[in-house]
Amino acid sequence: MSVIAAVSQFVLGALFDLNRPGHYVHWGFIQLSVANLVVIGIMIVLFVAAILIPYRREGGDR
Amino acid sequence: MTVDSERESPTRDLPGILEEDAEQWTAKLRNAAIDALPPQRLMPDRQPAYVASWIYVFGVLTLAALAVVIATGMVLAIMGPTWWHVSPVGHFVNSLHLWSVESFFAFMVVHLWGSFFMAAWRGKRRLTWVFGAFAFLASVGTAFTGYLSQQNFDSQWIGTQAKDGINSTGAGAVFNVLNFGQMLMWHIVLLPLAVGVIVGVHVLLVRRRGVVPPFALDEPGEPDDPPGTAGIAGSAGTASVEGEA
Repeated sequence: MSVIAAVSQFVLGALFDLNRPGHYVHWGFIQLSVANLVVIGIMIVLFVAAILIPYRREGGDR
Repeated sequence: MTVDSERESPTRDLPGILEEDAEQWTAKLRNAAIDALPPQRLMPDRQPAYVASWIYVFGVLTLAALAVVIATGMVLAIMGPTWWHVSPVGHFVNSLHLWSVESFFAFMVVHLWGSFFMAAWRGKRRLTWVFGAFAFLASVGTAFTGYLSQQNFDSQWIGTQAKDGINSTGAGAVFNVLNFGQMLMWHIVLLPLAVGVIVGVHVLLVRRRGVVPPFALDEPGEPDDPPGTAGIAGSAGTASVEGEA
């Protein structure tokens, strides 16, 4: 457990350094954190993928 | 027993129901519920062919995430703050609660986008749309009071920022975001109850009116009934965009 925790802490800590102020995007009076912008981007990708990717059907009108 | 016979018989041919009791309010309420949501519509075996699209999956994904939110929230309530702040398992369940909420909102917003661009209020589905909007607003309130219930510097910061906004509305006297006990009660009692009831009504309305069909390519109107339910009492019938909710 402690090995897994140490490894994940090291790897994730290298990817996401939380020991510093976050990055923000300014656009007029709009201010968004980059983290929130990434989440919004992922949601848009999900939305487009949900429309474009065909749903697996096994026949009939189920 | 056919659907038509249900509509004609005041007892709906249910076993153990006497004809002379048909005027009682319990019988009337039961019959109204059966007319509005007959069992085959409440728990259907099949869905229309157009539901075979990933965009229709996000409603049930939202419900699944909500179930995890409620389940992990109940565990947190049972074990208490010291447990979720200190123990590794408590940290894990606390994180599950957070990330299921994140998933819940992400799925709900994609569901909202899909419903918006399909004009999901068509065909007497206005109330379904309105209750979905209420569910979104109540969920936002629940999430905000959740931020205030974290018992860390983040919740202190959010509370001191939020108090100015709430006070500017004049509601600060009765809704004090710096009052931890009050915010915790809103977060774990009142708002979850509201979300649960509103989501329940939203789902029942979806079952009553059926899933909205896609826009017809060559017809101005669109079929309104879920396939196979034509003639069921309380059915919406063919309706246009201007149909009532």
